[in-house]
Formats: sequence, structure tokens, C-alpha cells
Amino acid sequence: MLEPISFSLESLNLGTLAPMMIAIIGAISILLTDLFNTEKHKSLYVVLVILFLTFDLFTLLAYSGDERGLFDMMLLDGIAILSQVIIISGSILFIFLGLSKLRFQDFRHAEYFALYLFMVAGFQFMVSSDSLILIFVGLETASLSLYTMIAMHNRMVSIEAAIKYFTMGALAAAFFVFGSMIFYALTGSLELAQISEVLSSQGYLSADNFSNYAMVLVGFVFMFAALGFKLSLFPFHTWVPDVYTGSTSALAGFLSVIPKMAGFVVALRFFEVFVHSGDMIIHTMLYITVVLTMTIPNIIALQQTDIKRMLAYSSVSNAGMAMAAILIGTTQATSALFLYWILFTVTNFGAFGMLWLNRGKEYGDYKSPYAFIKFSGLAQISPFTASILALFLFALTGLPPFALFWGKMYLISSAVNAGEIALAVIIVLNSAIAAYYYLRPVSYMFLRDPEEGAKTKFMQNASLPMKSVVGFAVFLAVTSIFFIEPLLNVISYYVGTTSF
Amino acid sequence: MENILSMLIFFPAVAATVGFLIHKDSMRQYGVVVTVVEFVLALLLWYHFDSSVAGMQFVQTLPLIPTMGINFVAGVDGVSLFLIVMITFMTMISIIALTEKRNVKNLIITMLYLQMTMVGVFVALDVIMFYIFWELTLIPMFYIIGFWGAERRFYAAIKFFLYTFTGSVIMLIGMLYFGYVYHEATGVWSFNLLDWYGAVLPFDVQLWLFIAFFFGFAVKVPMIPFHTWLPIAHGQAPTIGSIILAAVLLKMETYGFIRFSLPLFPDASVYFMWFMAGLGIIAIIYTAMLAYAQEDMKQMIAYSSVSHMGVIILGVFALNVEGITGAVYLMIGHGIVSGALFMSVGVLYDRRKTKMIKEFGGLAHNMPMFALVYAIVLMASIGLPLTIGFIGEFLSLLGFFKASPILAFIASLTIVLSAIYMLAMYKRTFFGKLTNPKNKDLKDIFGREAVALFSLVALIIALGIYPKVILDPLNTTVKHLTQVMQIKAVNQDTKDKLKALNSIGEVK
Repeated sequence: MLEPISFSLESLNLGTLAPMMIAIIGAISILLTDLFNTEKHKSLYVVLVILFLTFDLFTLLAYSGDERGLFDMMLLDGIAILSQVIIISGSILFIFLGLSKLRFQDFRHAEYFALYLFMVAGFQFMVSSDSLILIFVGLETASLSLYTMIAMHNRMVSIEAAIKYFTMGALAAAFFVFGSMIFYALTGSLELAQISEVLSSQGYLSADNFSNYAMVLVGFVFMFAALGFKLSLFPFHTWVPDVYTGSTSALAGFLSVIPKMAGFVVALRFFEVFVHSGDMIIHTMLYITVVLTMTIPNIIALQQTDIKRMLAYSSVSNAGMAMAAILIGTTQATSALFLYWILFTVTNFGAFGMLWLNRGKEYGDYKSPYAFIKFSGLAQISPFTASILALFLFALTGLPPFALFWGKMYLISSAVNAGEIALAVIIVLNSAIAAYYYLRPVSYMFLRDPEEGAKTKFMQNASLPMKSVVGFAVFLAVTSIFFIEPLLNVISYYVGTTSF
Repeated sequence: MENILSMLIFFPAVAATVGFLIHKDSMRQYGVVVTVVEFVLALLLWYHFDSSVAGMQFVQTLPLIPTMGINFVAGVDGVSLFLIVMITFMTMISIIALTEKRNVKNLIITMLYLQMTMVGVFVALDVIMFYIFWELTLIPMFYIIGFWGAERRFYAAIKFFLYTFTGSVIMLIGMLYFGYVYHEATGVWSFNLLDWYGAVLPFDVQLWLFIAFFFGFAVKVPMIPFHTWLPIAHGQAPTIGSIILAAVLLKMETYGFIRFSLPLFPDASVYFMWFMAGLGIIAIIYTAMLAYAQEDMKQMIAYSSVSHMGVIILGVFALNVEGITGAVYLMIGHGIVSGALFMSVGVLYDRRKTKMIKEFGGLAHNMPMFALVYAIVLMASIGLPLTIGFIGEFLSLLGFFKASPILAFIASLTIVLSAIYMLAMYKRTFFGKLTNPKNKDLKDIFGREAVALFSLVALIIALGIYPKVILDPLNTTVKHLTQVMQIKAVNQDTKDKLKALNSIGEVK
């Protein structure tokens, strides 16, 4: 006998939906604009996206944390707000790259920009919920939009990349659902807070309670694989270089930071109970994954001859470093995760943005416009461009005082404070390995002489707005030392309102 | 005068940034003007420096990231003062003597940025700030070696970068761990070195931290077995790069030992004393032998640098006033002398485009002035009395003599060995008949080369005859340092040992 469903309208608290609704309404209005008007320049859509996202951002900032809504499925806590701010601001930055000088297929369609907003809304749902169902819905909304956007670039590699990403994503989705099912069967709830409460109060997380413990492990492995795909953790990272190569640099840069931010928040919420339970098997599993995710792609990146593939592997490795923060599990480590990711967003935006500025149209399918060779002697032709790209690469290396150094420093510091010296040493050694491959393009740009006729190859795609926004990233990357203090205050305020 | 230190740091950086606007034909003059101004600033600092005060002077503090305890803290004491004067002087001289033709504008701008980072390293009293400047030296140096260097410059530049970067990130862990320990003890986050000087660490923590810092410093010194990047970096670098590398960058690390390792980890320093001295002695003997075997003049001087750095390490880890004073004096001396040596090789390289010793011979016939200058510099490098090289080597070895007469004796072989390889090289280059027809038309030094080399020679002799001007303020600082070590040591054995090593007192 089913109980009659009753709920009060207050518990619906539709206000919590407002930020996402703005993005969705924005997407629909872009589609409608396109319907009634055929002769439009892409700049209209770009500006509309920026407008709606800014609106979205300001609406979001009105919340100060810990509100629930939509049958308790929405959870706007500090972490949700903080990560949404990062996601939206990052998305605003990346959409500027749509104002490219060259005409590319994808930017001619209004759908691209509508999908962009749908995707942002998806990520927003994903981070502001602790219900596995809503997380799944958000995740899939965002992912499906992404697959389409990749394929819209209309090159064979892009379509291949989209299909690859889609198949992998579908597999991950299946794992996610299967894992959720097991946890529902075990605990009778799909809410992460309740799941973790049941798990710890019933003692499911200890080997004494063997039959249930085995089920927990199976469920954990499924969820872990699902999140592993999204976060590109080793060994689920194999799609990354191909998908990045197939996407435009603008989208590849986006892929390397924003979806992962959403993934990290889910991982943070989901892994929390396991990290704190002190279970050896799960801890070892996470530890090994983190170490391998940092190390293996780093080693593979050493052999790349293409900047974009190299950056792809390096972003996998960086995801491993951020994942280390979740493994450490202290409040400082959670702050470190956000600080790291904000700085990584700025730096990676700069690096991929510079690639996008230098994109030409003369490249056929399956040929990369970003081989190291192409950048030979850039310093002599355009010292400014070369210096900026080198600056972002040095920042990614973790050379002080540029942006990512502070993230790495704070992360290592949190590892040291938590007594994880071995982990700190591994992070540091990986930075040292990474220095080698970040240096290689720099050495091509600065130490070699340009090839014949290379002069026309650079900055073909640069338009003034794109240059300005990359210039803004340069400014942030160089002067980041002055922003760390306020940034940390904001982060610790929001993280502090949540119990992590 | 309060902000003279930040002016010293940031003036070259601002000048470099403005330098982009200057036409490339006037760049050389601009570089000279900027470095002269910077040198005058350094002299002004010296003039206002109170040599009777042992602690830090001109201390300036600005908040950067207060919650993490990271601030802009600058200050100088006797040790850093003279190193700053030396590096500003050497940068000025190397710009004056600059003969590079290719892309001079970029080279000078890079040099000015490099000067900022170098001054920053010696002035920084906040550990993270020190680390920032320390790492930043890599970028301009990477560019200088890699772009203006010889055939294998890519390999040399990347090897240089990776070796030193790896060493320093390990040091970073040590720094962060120290910050953590300090936080645990006091409840405050601070990376201010002056605060750290007040912290007393347990012995085992000291050991670990000493090792972490050791990696950062030892790679750059470079100490055996981490020295392999140096000869290739030197060999491939352009003249100006070699001068700065030898004169300044190598000094950063021995300075690091004096600034960080000794006062922060006194027990560990005593514990590792023999180990460090052993590495120093191996470096002295082994690389001196390698130097003798070199066919390339520049490689030879590079190896001789490693050898002399061994003496400096020995002096530092004598852990007494004589040794450390001598080491600092030798750092200054070696900076000037090796700079002059590399400049002299540069003179030959400019004329003949080769650095191979066997290509030359009998140069004294048509380059008498150059032969004379080279001879004086060479003698200073060997450590002949009345030159700057002698004072430092003598004091370093004297200091270590108190610790172990036998090892000091072995180390003093450095003088004999360097005499052997240096004089052999000199003989093959300058004496005998002018056999190679290509050498017949070589012109003697003149103009800018002469100005640069003569001022170096003048300094070599002046400071060799009258070292008191530097030794006195240095002594005050170093005496204070050894006292700090004795006070901060946690083991009684360490205290006794330090007391025994410092029994005689000061050098006058």
C-alpha cells in the first residue's frame, strides 16, 4: 500500500532552481532568436551567452549556503555555490573564444550556444545536489550537450572524438546507475547524506560485516569507475588525448577544466564517507589511483610532439593532483582543491586560448595544427605571443610566482600538514617530470630558428576580444600572488559553511 | 633609504620592461646605463651599511598573503651585502664587455630580468619569496644558454633547467614542512626567516629538513654527484651566460647553506659536517683532475669552478668564523676571478670562434696585454698571495684546519692541482711559437674589452692586498651566525663541538 504523497510548497523552495533556470531560459531564447531571424552574426549569440551567464552568476551570489529544495533533492551548500561560481565564470571565459576571426562551422549555428547554456545548467544541477538521481540527470544533460558540441566542428576527427567520448560516457553512465542501484539496495536511499549515515551507523564499512562489506565494495568500484571516466582518472583516462585532439582548442580547454570541476564536487561528496572511514582497501585503491593518475600520463606526455596532446595528458595529471586533495580529506585540502582548480582554470584557459588564437585553416583532417615544429622560432617572429604561451606553460610547470604555483604550493602544504609526506614528495617529483615536457615547446619557440614562410602561420585566428580575454588571463596569472589572500578567504568561507 | 632594497630588486625589472621600447641599436648603451645605476645603488647600500651591526639591516616588510604567512620581507647583512655588490658589479662589467651580435636587444632585456631575480635571491628574507626569485633565475638563464649558446645548447639548457628545478622542488617541501612545524609550535603561519631563526627544532626534524634543503642547494653548487649539468651548461653558454653562471648563480647555493642550513639546522649541520666536507674534497680533487684533461678551454674553467666551489663548501662546513668568512670571501673572489676567466675565453672565442686549447699557441707575441691580464687572473684563480683568490682559499682552509688538519692538507692540494692545469693551459695558449697561421692576425684587447678586464684585474689585486674593507663587516655577521648556531643547538655535543671549532676567535 503506497502512502499518499504530500508535501508543502515551502519544501519545494523553487528559488534554489533559479540560477539553473536562467541558463535554461537563456538557451531557449537563443533558439527562439535563431528561429525568427536568419541573418545573424555569431557575436550576438556569444554576447547573449555571456549576458545570461552573468545574470546566472549574480543570482547565484545571492545565496549564502545550506538551502534545500525540490523535494530535498537540491542542496545549495557552500561547496555547491563555490563550484557553480567557478563553473559559470570559467564558462564565461571560454565562450569568448567563440569570437574567433576565422569562420568555423560550429559557431555558425545558434544550437551550439544553446547547447553551451544547457550544458552549464547541467553542471550546475550536478554540483548542487546530493541525490544520485539529480546528479545523474545533470551529468547526462551536460554530457549529451558536450558530445554534440564536439561533433559540430564537422571534421572527421571531431566526429570520431564525439563518438569515442559518447561511448565512453555511456559506459560511465551505466556504471553510475549500477553503482547507485547497489547503494539504494544496501541503504534504501539515494541521498548521499543518508547513504553515508547508514553505511557508517550499520557498520557496513568494516570487514566484519562481510557480506554487506563486499556489496559496498562492488558499489564503490562501479561509482569509482563512473567518476573515474568523468575525471579522467587512471586507467579511465585513455579517451582524453583523442577527444581533446578532435575538439577545437577552445572546447578542449573547456573540457579539461569545467566538467572536471563538477566531477570533483560529486567525488568530494561521494568519497567523503569512504575517505574518513579509514578503510584500508578503499584507501589503498584511491591512493594508487591518485599516484598513477599523476605519474603515468606525465610519462606518456614526455613523448608527445604535439602541444595539444601534451596538454591533454598534462591535464589528466593535474586532475590526479586535485584528486590527491580529496584523498587527503582535510578542510585545508578541500580548500586546496578549489584554489588549485581556480588557478588551473585560469592557466589552462590561457594555454588553450593561445593555441586557439594560433589556429589556422590550412590543416586537413587528421593533421594537427599544433605540432611543436609549427611553433619553431615563434619568439623571433612574434616575441610577445611566444612569451605569453611560454608564461602559461611555465605557470603550468608550477614555477613561482605564476598562478598554478600557489595552487601546487597550497596543495603540497595541505599534504604535509596532514602528514602525507610521501604524497607530497610524489606530487613534487611529478612537477619535476612535467617541467621537461612543458619546456619542450618553450625550447622550440625560443631556441630554434623559424621555418621558411612561418610568419603568416601565427595568430591567424586572433580577434581583439579574444586577445583581450587572454590578456586578462595573463594579468591574472602574473599577478596571482595578490589574489591568493582574498581568494582563500572566499574559499574558506564557503567551504567552512559545509562540513568538509 | 628604507626602500633601497626593493629599488635594488625592481629597478632592473622596470628597466627591462621599458627596454622593449628602445631601438635595438641603442640597447647596449641602455644596458650599460641601467647596470651602472644599479651598481651605484648597491654602493649606496654599502655606504649606508652599518658594519658594527650583526643582524639584518634595511629590513622592509610588505604583506602579500598574510593568512599563509607569506610576505615581502627584504633585508641585508654582511654576507648578502657584499654578494649584492659583487653581482651588480659583475653584471655591469659583463654588459660592458658584451660582444654578442645576434639579437642583442633580447639578450640585454633578459640580463636585466636575470639581475632582478639574482638580487632578489640575496635580499629575500621570506622563504617563499626567496624560492620565487630562486626559481625565476631559471627562465632567463634557460633562454640565454639555449638561444645564444653553442651547438649543443638545447641539451645544455634543458639539462640545466631540469636538474635545478628538480632539486629546488624538493627544497620546497622542506620549506613547507618547516612552516608546518613552526605553525605547530607557535600557532602562527610564518615563512619569515627572522621568525624562523627563533625556532628551535628537534634533532630528527633538523636532519630531514637539512636533507631537503641540501637537494636544492647541492644541485646548484654543484656538488658531486649532481654536478654533471655544469660543464655542459658552461661549455655551451655564451660568454655572458658563463660569466653570470659562474659569478653569481653558483653563489646562490653556498649562500643558501649559510643563510638557511647553518642557522636553522645547527645540529644537523654538525652531524653532516664530515659528509659535506667529504663531498667538497672529492669535488676539489676529482674535478681538478677532470679539468686537466679538458681540451676545451671553457670546459676546463667550468671544471675548475666546481673544484673551487668544493673549497667554499669546505669553508662553510668548517663551521667556524674563519672558515665561513673565508668561504664568503672566496665566493666574492671566485665570482670576480671566474668571471674574468670566462671573459678572457670570450675574447679568444670572438676572434677565432674556437675554444680549443690546441688551436692556440704563442699568443703572447701578438697579444701581450691580453697575456698579462690573463696571467694575473690565472694567478688569482690558483690562489697566489696578493690576489683576491688567496685570502678566501687561505681562510677557508685555515678554518677547516681546526676541524681536521689532515683533510685540510688534502684540500690544500687544490692550489697545487689548479696551478698544474692552469699553467699547463697557459703555456699551451700563450707561450712557444705562433705556429697556427690563423692566430697571426689576432689583435690585442682594446676598448670595451680592455675597460672590463682591467677593472676586474684592478679589483683582483686591490682586494688581494687590502681585504679588510670586506672582512671586517663580514666578521661581525659571521660571528653572530656562529653564536646563533651555538645557542640554537639542541644537543650538548653540538654545542661543545661548535665551541671547540670557534675557540680561537676572530680573524683580524
